[in-house]
Amino acid sequence: MKKIWKKYEHNKLAHGIFLLIYIGVTSLSLYLAQKSVTAFLLLLSSLLLLYYTKFTNLTKWLVAGIVLVFLLPFTASHGDAYQSYMEVSTLVGIYIAMALGLNIVVGMAGLLDLGFVAFFAVGAYTYSIFASSQASHFMPFGTFPLSGESFWIFIVIGCLVAALFGILLGIPVLRVKGDYLAIVTLGFGEIIRIIFNNLDRPVNITNGAMGIPSVTPPRLFGIDFLYPSQFYFIVLVILLITIFTVRRFEHSKIGRSWKAVRENEIAAQSMGIPLVRTKLLAFAIGASFSGMMGVVFAAKQAFVDPTSFTLLESFTILVMVVLGGMGSVPGVILGASVMTILNLQVLSELTNWLNQLSLSGIISIPYALSPAKMQRLIFGAILITFALYRPQGLIPAKNRRFDEKELQRLNRKAISENKKIEQKGV
Amino acid sequence: MLNEIIQTIPQVLIDGLTLGTVYAVIALGYTMVYGILELINFAHGEIFMTGAFIGTTLLLLFTGIGWISALPAIVMLLTVLIITAVLTGLLGMGIERLAYRPLRHAPRLIPLITAIGISFVLQDIVRFIAELSKGSYIVTGPNLFTNQLLLKTSSISSIFNDASIKASFVIVLVTAVVMMIGLDIFVNRTKWGMAMRAVAQDRETASLMTVNVNKVIAITFFIGSALGGATGVLFAVQYGTIDPYIGFILGLKAFTAAVLGGIGNIRGAMLGGLLLGVLEMFASANLTLLTGGVFGAEYKDVFAFAILITVLLFKPEGLLGKPATEKV
Repeated sequence: MKKIWKKYEHNKLAHGIFLLIYIGVTSLSLYLAQKSVTAFLLLLSSLLLLYYTKFTNLTKWLVAGIVLVFLLPFTASHGDAYQSYMEVSTLVGIYIAMALGLNIVVGMAGLLDLGFVAFFAVGAYTYSIFASSQASHFMPFGTFPLSGESFWIFIVIGCLVAALFGILLGIPVLRVKGDYLAIVTLGFGEIIRIIFNNLDRPVNITNGAMGIPSVTPPRLFGIDFLYPSQFYFIVLVILLITIFTVRRFEHSKIGRSWKAVRENEIAAQSMGIPLVRTKLLAFAIGASFSGMMGVVFAAKQAFVDPTSFTLLESFTILVMVVLGGMGSVPGVILGASVMTILNLQVLSELTNWLNQLSLSGIISIPYALSPAKMQRLIFGAILITFALYRPQGLIPAKNRRFDEKELQRLNRKAISENKKIEQKGV
Repeated sequence: MLNEIIQTIPQVLIDGLTLGTVYAVIALGYTMVYGILELINFAHGEIFMTGAFIGTTLLLLFTGIGWISALPAIVMLLTVLIITAVLTGLLGMGIERLAYRPLRHAPRLIPLITAIGISFVLQDIVRFIAELSKGSYIVTGPNLFTNQLLLKTSSISSIFNDASIKASFVIVLVTAVVMMIGLDIFVNRTKWGMAMRAVAQDRETASLMTVNVNKVIAITFFIGSALGGATGVLFAVQYGTIDPYIGFILGLKAFTAAVLGGIGNIRGAMLGGLLLGVLEMFASANLTLLTGGVFGAEYKDVFAFAILITVLLFKPEGLLGKPATEKV
């Protein structure tokens, strides 16, 4: 067995054929059996297989693009469950972007932020206030709601406002040492929620606990985006930009300084890394992804109220990061997908199944033990197990490997060029 | 406006002291653990909550058996307090053994994450048990010590209103004060207390002086958690209704109290707790009045967090703490 495995471990052709068969079979089964959640999940997990193949990055991205843009929407689109599949995929995308944002703060810069959902809330409220009649309560000029075309600008605005909040939170908080940071951000998350919950007096800005209804859907070239299947593509595009940005940051100078700060603040400082600026940047960038997705979330739900932004949400995102692997981009993507699907699909399916079983009288599960209510237990168990036994997560973070000889060659080249310049100067 | 505020001051003080003693005793648990391990024990609020549930269960059980008529209520409460304290103390020790000890040399982020995990698991387990046995996770304990006393503060000076006191207030206050004095004596006068202070100062040197560090840490967790659990019982007696999610915010505020007094400092935690309790009650009673109706009592949680952030910014060592110098 081991021999066969060894033989095919590095065989690209075998990988390719296996992957194609896998994708073919799962998409066919989803096409034929529309109600099968299993087929849907298996098709999604083909992306994980793809990650482990030995193809070049470009090929991987192309295949992933084909699966996500064409195959998944097409094969799922022939049944009643289409919108619910797309809803799940959209939410998975939203959570991935948020988890990537938190990953910058927690995973790369090592700052435990427990109020991360606050930035999501800021983004969501930024759009929903101006894209509903809510803004006319306090804005002296302009007509509200704004039209659906403004959504695209608001993605940028939401991003900037959340980044601003990140900096505003960061400035006082970053004077505080590691452990306190967790508590202060936790407090900040709660403060934001309480404020949104009560900001209907004296000036009605957020409509308090009632929430903001009938948020204008986004509009592009005269088409209104109303269904999850349409939002899916918006999320996909934003997600692509997010992943690209995060990967660029990870291996840039700023990414390396984040990691240095995480490992040892004093050592990093003595190597000339500006501590406050580096941390603030981590806060701002992490927050901005979250704010961006907040805007999309508000447009998708068409309704925003403070109950969507509780502490549990912040912890859910933290669980995603810890589960996937702190600091590891592919890991966090996996972690976010697993947690979201577990939350939305697996737990509710299990609950339905158990309910049916107890209805037909085979077993009786008390209501208190229904899996949908066990979120906290599952989150807690995941946090403990992973922190104790696998702190590096499902897919551990890797530092980029540099080829020593290549570096030496570049170095020699630089030296010889310098010499030439010096000789010219003489 | 000032008159109205002054009129309510006796009542605010009494309510604030009740809440403040609860904060103070929970803050002790945070501060002891932080002093010795430099770890924020997030699960401490949940230990408090578990204590409240164990206490209520025992009280309901005893009432069911009919002991309440045979014994004076205060004896029953003391029994319940002691049993709960021992149980939650053991729970705290177990948590330390399971979730913190293996991670003593890990990066500091990791034990924080297990602490959050533990606190979630405890919340849900308590919810299960409560929901399975009672049908709802919101539990109301038996009514004890409900007779009201009227404190005639208006006879001191006519600018005060009268304040009403629940009989349980006296019990909460006395028990909490006894616990705090007991702890203070334990830490400052006994051999184990000395070992504890030694470990807090320098773990390695203490272990060279034949102090059993692991044992001292376990005892610290036992005492902190026992105090937290006992306070849970007091809380349940005072406020009647409890649910599995009371621990989190209350724990957070108790942590604020610990920071306010100077984290790692036991007397500071007591002072900070009392101060925070009174300030919070003052805010919830007068915030509407002071701001002319802009901010209502619902901002009292914001107020507590604002205190925390202000203290961390301007006096991170707290009221009674010593400023720590960082050694490289």
